[in-house]
Amino acid sequence: MPKPRPKYLNLLQIRLPLPGIVSIMHRVSGAALFLVIPLLLYVLQTSLESPHGFAAIKSALFTPLAKVILIALLWGFFHHFCAGVRYLALDLDVGTDLPVARATSWVVLAFSIGLTLICGVLLW
Amino acid sequence: MKREVVGAHYGLFDWLVQRLSAVVMVAYTLLLLLVLARMPQIDYVHWKALWNVPVMRYCTALFLLALYLHAWVGLRDIFMDYIKDAGLRLTLYVFTVIALLWYAIWSVQILWGL
Repeated sequence: MPKPRPKYLNLLQIRLPLPGIVSIMHRVSGAALFLVIPLLLYVLQTSLESPHGFAAIKSALFTPLAKVILIALLWGFFHHFCAGVRYLALDLDVGTDLPVARATSWVVLAFSIGLTLICGVLLW
Repeated sequence: MKREVVGAHYGLFDWLVQRLSAVVMVAYTLLLLLVLARMPQIDYVHWKALWNVPVMRYCTALFLLALYLHAWVGLRDIFMDYIKDAGLRLTLYVFTVIALLWYAIWSVQILWGL
């Protein structure tokens, strides 16, 4: 009689391996980036409409709230970008061994957070 | 798992669209960084002039097209995985498609100033 295997349907009890964490973050960041598409289109439109609009966008970007949002978005973008490039490599059969896949997950996580920190410091 | 079988290569097209659009967006990102880095200064005149360059408009349009296709495949995957109720899932699909079509038309309006 095999022992019943644990089924963790409670999200808080699931312990994902690192590539799994990077994967779910890829989804979450992708969904977040989809939600800001209208905001980005609006910013582009306003900045191109008139010198007044350009100035308004520029001064809005200097507020602390805008900077926090921008940094959060940058992290989402960097993570989605780096994890995406990793998936493209995996599709080409590059880095599919478990130790390598774990290592590249670390690289994706660290590199995107590092880039975000650098941009954050530069922005602030 | 219940699946609609619509052909022998079910899902291959979407899989390919997701990868090709990703490559297009990576290329555009690098192009945009290069262009922004080469701008003498970022003020309204230079900013406006940059977007008046036809190549810039067409590359951005291609990027946005790739973005919307990519978003569609990605969101559809998320909805398929987490939304169990077929009616709700269909509703979300419809809203997503309408939103993306709206963004696409809006993008053309922005880029070509209609």
